[in-house]
Amino acid sequence: MTSSSSPGISLKQEGISYIAGADLPALIVNVQRGGPGLGGIQPSQSDYFQATKGGGHGDYHLIVLAPASVQEMADLTIKAFDLSEKYRVPTMLLADGTMGQMMEPVELPEIAPKESEKPWAVRGTKMEREHNIINSLYLKPEILEKTNFERFERYKAIEENEAMYEEYMMDDAEICVVAFGIAARVSKNAVTAARKKGIKVGLIRPITLWPFPKEALKKAADKVKGFISVELSMGQMIEDIKLSTECKKPVELCNRTGGMIPTPEEVLASIEKLAKEAK
Amino acid sequence: MTTQILIAGFGGQGVLFAGKFIAYKGLIENKEVSWLPSYGPEMRGGTANCSIIISDEPVGSPIVSNPDVLIAMNLPSLDKYEKEAKPGSLIFVDSTLIERKVERGDVKAFYIPATKMAMDAGIPTLANMIIVGKVLKETEGLSKDNLEEAMKKVVSAKRIELLDMNIKAIEAGYNY
Repeated sequence: MTSSSSPGISLKQEGISYIAGADLPALIVNVQRGGPGLGGIQPSQSDYFQATKGGGHGDYHLIVLAPASVQEMADLTIKAFDLSEKYRVPTMLLADGTMGQMMEPVELPEIAPKESEKPWAVRGTKMEREHNIINSLYLKPEILEKTNFERFERYKAIEENEAMYEEYMMDDAEICVVAFGIAARVSKNAVTAARKKGIKVGLIRPITLWPFPKEALKKAADKVKGFISVELSMGQMIEDIKLSTECKKPVELCNRTGGMIPTPEEVLASIEKLAKEAK
Repeated sequence: MTTQILIAGFGGQGVLFAGKFIAYKGLIENKEVSWLPSYGPEMRGGTANCSIIISDEPVGSPIVSNPDVLIAMNLPSLDKYEKEAKPGSLIFVDSTLIERKVERGDVKAFYIPATKMAMDAGIPTLANMIIVGKVLKETEGLSKDNLEEAMKKVVSAKRIELLDMNIKAIEAGYNY
């Protein structure tokens, strides 16, 4: 396990790519701050592309989990280790400065120690089996292609089985706000306020950013009039929303960047604007 | 009921500590609570503020932009946040450091010469807790219960002698 905040994570990208190429489990925690470059030290979500689309070089993915509370910081850390071991894929906990600094009540779950088989581990053969070799260098293209194909089979299984999200007031929603992490906390306040004004709006909060909860978005696209992506970036997750929904409905962006956080009022204004336009 | 509290001042005035104390007191009293600091890279100087929410409901956004209770420990903080406070909110001002009065008519202002009181009492670093004492007295839903238990959560066990001084400061503010 390793952790840093934004610039430090950029420095780690070469190693992360090697870990992915060597099929090793690992947990990387990124408590995001504003960028690019040295940027600032206030909360941000602008490493979304880096986390979900690769980050380092080569054909690979990380499993990316996005906590929205201190409780989830604890719970998803456990989940991240389990997923990483299960699929031999490095996992990233993508938090932000508020999650990193805030305090709220948390119940630390009892964790029973788990025995996990690691037939690939490099820990001595007792002369009973072939050597295990952990490597990410494959100079024969046929072999490298084969290992990439095999890895993408695992990615497929992850996409089919591990997408996580929370829905809030989506049953009769005509507008769907999509937000993760701190942006989801702010958006929830805005959704509650909009409901009081009679606007039928709900929230989908992706808990896994990769795999992205495509099915939930796709389903929502059939019934809502439009989406609002609330992000602490110039608009990154919005692309995954458009891809998941095949651009069937308009997707608006409500964002702040550079360490600023949208207020519930700003999100509410965005909801009201879309509600008016969608009529 | 939900009480949104914003404490703001210079770094080093104990803004975050005061907030932590209030949050832990809420936790002990079985409330839903959140505490979120915001400050620059400096240890001292610069500006620091912290958002505390004490509620009967689960806390949504932990960011307080329109407080029910504002504690202004210096002039820039009052200038910045006075206009953000909710109508009907309570604004607590350290009147040793802030000469001007609260301009809004739709809020209730309290002026406590906390920095001077702290100096006079020989506890110069505890102006923050003197104001907290006044906040506990004037704010609906807050009280003087569980002071010691909450203080134990925020004062390091190695420096337990600070516990009595902090409680003394709270009492002084409460009785002001």
